[in-house]
Amino acid sequence: MSAALFLSGLGLGVAGSLAGAALPARARVPAASVLTAGACTTAFAAAAGVLASGGAVTASSAQILPLTGVTLSLDPLGAVFVITAAAVGAAASCYNVGYAARGGGSRTATALLPLFITSLLLVPAAASIATFMAAWELMALSSLLLLLTGHRRREVRDAAQWYAVMTHAGAAAILLAFVLIGAHAGGQSFAAIRAHAGAVPPAVRSLAFVLALAGFASKAGAVPLHVWLPRAHPEAPSPVSALMSGAMVNLGIYGIVRTGDGLLRGGEMWWWLAVAGLGVTSALFGGIHAAASSDLKRLLAYSTADNMGLVLTGVGVAGALAVTGHRVLAALAMIAALFQLVNHSAFKGCLFLAAGSVQRAAGTRDLDSLGGLLRRLPVTAALFGIAALSICALPPFSGFASEWLLLQGFLRGFTAHGAATATALLAGVAALALTGGLTAAAFVKAFGIGFLGQPRTPGAAAAGEAHPAMTVGTALLAVPCLVLGVVPGAVVPLLARAAATALGGPWPDPLQAGPGLAIAGSADVIQPVLLAAALLAGLALAWGLVRLRARAGAERGHRARRAEAWGCGRELQTARMQYTATSFAEPLQRVFDDVLRPDHDLDVSHLAESRYFEQAITYRSRIDDAIERGAYRPLTAGVQRWGEVARRAQNGSVHRYLGYGFAALVILLVVLA
Amino acid sequence: MVTFSIVQLIPLLRSLFSRPVTERLPRPPGQPEPARFPGSVQLRHVDAGSCNGCELEIASAFGPVYDAERFGARLVASPRHADGVLVTGVVTRNMAIPLAKTLDAVPRPRVVVACGDCALGGGPFAGGYGVADGAWPLADPDVAIPGCPPGPVAITQALRALTGR
Amino acid sequence: MSTSLLASAGVSAIQLGAAATGGPLLYGLMAKVRARAEGRAGAPVRQPLLDLWKLAGKERIHAGHSSVVLPLAPLVLIASTAAAVVIAPLISTGPALGRTSDVFVIVFLLLLGSVAVALGGLDTGTAFGGMGASRAMTIGALTEPALLVAVLALSIQAGTSNLPGIVSATLAHPGWAAPPERVLALAALVIVVLAETGRIPVDNPSTHLELTMIHEAMILEYAGPELALVTLGETMRLGLLLSLLANLFFPWGIAATASIPRLVLGLAVLAAKTAAIAGVIAVAEVSAAKLRLFRVPEILSAAFVLSVLAVVTGLVLP
Repeated sequence: MSAALFLSGLGLGVAGSLAGAALPARARVPAASVLTAGACTTAFAAAAGVLASGGAVTASSAQILPLTGVTLSLDPLGAVFVITAAAVGAAASCYNVGYAARGGGSRTATALLPLFITSLLLVPAAASIATFMAAWELMALSSLLLLLTGHRRREVRDAAQWYAVMTHAGAAAILLAFVLIGAHAGGQSFAAIRAHAGAVPPAVRSLAFVLALAGFASKAGAVPLHVWLPRAHPEAPSPVSALMSGAMVNLGIYGIVRTGDGLLRGGEMWWWLAVAGLGVTSALFGGIHAAASSDLKRLLAYSTADNMGLVLTGVGVAGALAVTGHRVLAALAMIAALFQLVNHSAFKGCLFLAAGSVQRAAGTRDLDSLGGLLRRLPVTAALFGIAALSICALPPFSGFASEWLLLQGFLRGFTAHGAATATALLAGVAALALTGGLTAAAFVKAFGIGFLGQPRTPGAAAAGEAHPAMTVGTALLAVPCLVLGVVPGAVVPLLARAAATALGGPWPDPLQAGPGLAIAGSADVIQPVLLAAALLAGLALAWGLVRLRARAGAERGHRARRAEAWGCGRELQTARMQYTATSFAEPLQRVFDDVLRPDHDLDVSHLAESRYFEQAITYRSRIDDAIERGAYRPLTAGVQRWGEVARRAQNGSVHRYLGYGFAALVILLVVLA
Repeated sequence: MVTFSIVQLIPLLRSLFSRPVTERLPRPPGQPEPARFPGSVQLRHVDAGSCNGCELEIASAFGPVYDAERFGARLVASPRHADGVLVTGVVTRNMAIPLAKTLDAVPRPRVVVACGDCALGGGPFAGGYGVADGAWPLADPDVAIPGCPPGPVAITQALRALTGR
Repeated sequence: MSTSLLASAGVSAIQLGAAATGGPLLYGLMAKVRARAEGRAGAPVRQPLLDLWKLAGKERIHAGHSSVVLPLAPLVLIASTAAAVVIAPLISTGPALGRTSDVFVIVFLLLLGSVAVALGGLDTGTAFGGMGASRAMTIGALTEPALLVAVLALSIQAGTSNLPGIVSATLAHPGWAAPPERVLALAALVIVVLAETGRIPVDNPSTHLELTMIHEAMILEYAGPELALVTLGETMRLGLLLSLLANLFFPWGIAATASIPRLVLGLAVLAAKTAAIAGVIAVAEVSAAKLRLFRVPEILSAAFVLSVLAVVTGLVLP
């Protein structure tokens, strides 16, 4: 039943793609969006069924891929990722109806978006190496082509170049890792590999894990393999950005968990400590850059790297605890990581869609040019605000519940005595704390500078509310931020099943039943419903007191007087006197100067007559990604130099080429003889 | 960084536990008016072109000897936090609009306290070329403290009348 | 069952009332100590309460370009601080919702209040609001690691992050108050409390110079009842943080059962403890100068190092 449901979901996705390619302009976008939304809903239902029952659904066919066939198997772990991808996919296709309405969706873009979403649903269900790689490549190619729909702009072409190279290098590493494992374990289906995981020698296992980690961590946006992320996510069209940040980076985490725990049956301690180390570095680096960025979408992209870092830390801690035999503690850490991942998809997807609406309305995504948008786009601003409060981990939203669970996972882990684990846990808590503060600073900046105050440019002043389909799509993802925050106990037991599958279950459930979150065997519990009720009661009480006192002084009326803002009595106050995003972030930028390494350019030109008088002063300040500048640029420069050297061997002379061919033939004959 | 030295703490602790140097101020004779802000008043000081003589006296009035804070009066930074403006100096042409804006920013009920002869009608500078004559809001101040400059006792007693303490 | 529910609700109501009056009284006490140290008579200790009452009766003013966020921010500050006061173990180990009284919940509720005030400052559309919000969020971001790692040290020692649980555990093991990890955690938390409540050496609460303001700059635009709410929220925050400092490290005197004499004793002991800590802070404020804004991260990193040392000592020493 669930198998048929899931397959029909995939089929609807393909049908949506065909509809987008074949139909005429007017019908193209709505038809493709409806079919894709249907695909997402059926896949969601199928995955929910898998999670509820705890079993797996399989389907296979020897036909579609030559030589290997296609094997699909949706188990509870994959179901979690299918659910998040389906939710973000449904919201993105609904959003696309409004997004493409004014620009007019091109045939390519409308055909590729359903294909991208289908590949996101397919990857967690793949159960053999060939299926997995086919789905992975489909996902990479479709997202690359969707990114390139804006190819007229130079930044988009640059971003696509970085994205293409890094994602394919990552795919090559993953393929190599799988081939190594599959060759020793004697089979290419995941079930066969799992059964014979002991046959793989330890050195090969470690090498394979490192390769797979490199490929999947790059996809997840882990520092230092993240440099494509702050380039590609901002430049892509908004629904595609939301899918990339809300669903695609999750699959990097899926790959690591599947390879390490599922295929390789646990593994060594140092693997998981390396994962946790990667996580801590990503969280800190991403958080610092998000706090310092003044481009709205670049801020959100770095924040994705930050949150994925926290998830990676949770996964690493879970793996390390599982290796040392602490089953319950490992399950708790894994549940916390999965919960953070699910919540991140919801609020990051919502943030990217809202940012897309802002970019459409105001014409720019530079925070220094926005402002006053709360009055002009009230619904979009409210949805951005809900998602922003959620990502800052403030009660009673979902981010708070998942960060609490992560903290509990780390706290419990300290009872497992071990110096390496304790160091990893302490680093995890410190990273979580600092990134929590940095995220709060980043999103106060994003919401406060972007939506509050006065508009800083005429473009921002002329902004209007987005197309209703765009607001509905954004609202679809804002609802989980509230619901999962107030009743996390409804969802987390399902994640426990997924965690059990990930760690090679069945494992005892570390959480007690109930609407809130309670750790079994301890006094630690939160009841977000009660917290939300207390907050609402407090709000009502405070508001009531204000109104009561205002009514008592009735000769002044209870309406507040609108007056000019206090500016020390100066006669003229303009919008330019407000703080900008760059100035807001300047104290933090100073503190983290060594990490950010901003680029300051001061150009002074003097008058010809005398050097004492200046004619013009130009100041430019940029914050580039320091890892890109320090590690990748020398690398690409070195590769280019090698290319120049090799060009000397290819000088265009036919005689030389014939000589190469002859020499190769002679060598082959010598070797084979 | 924060440095604590025992040498620094000793006189501090000594003054903490001994009698303060503040002088006792008896209430002025006559029937007291009902206080406009019983118990607490905050004022925003505006220098509208003063020679700083009144400022020195005001600083002395809030200093240890005369301590106007013990009667509930306080100077604040923002007019939005204040109950009125404490104006010193003859209102120059440049300061007319800022003074009006400052008073407008004060939430009602509000008072205007004119401190010194300059604020009360020009003093030695009346009729000068830079002076804005008859400038609102000093046309009819709620509290007047005459003197050039008024002593700290006069200032303190005027503030005390506002709070009724 | 219902009597214990009623009892815990009563305890929370008393805590809320005590915080709402005690917070301003603590502010007044600190001002009085400061005045006396300067040789002045000083305003009476109840002066902040008189100020709040007068402010509540004044006109409400909203800045021209502000939106609904400006009047909403003080309400969120009061709501979050009140929620934290209601669930924290201040006079008794059994407040309402005590089961959900987690130390991390308190930390994030305080963060909610800070974010609300910062957004309110940005909504004014002036340079001061942005400056205050920028500085406040920077300092908030840098206090988070020290705060969370220091409470982590306490939670590891007690084996739980439930606040009444930590307090009860310390009551049951009096020897836990002495070890070096507690002292290090206390030092870190004192610095964090000074930063969170905006006292010298991090921020001068009575400055008139806008360029030196951190917290005050965000509330420059509030008038009347909204200013009263913001000020009340800040005083309740100070009261809450000092009470938590007192009860986490020196919990003796807190009521373990909800009987009336024990509650009265608990209230009195709490008042004495917080008054003592407030007095010490006031003396420290008078003798120190405010740090330059760009030196504040150094003191916060020192707090972080102290809290990390607290965790490490707790794990390494038996």
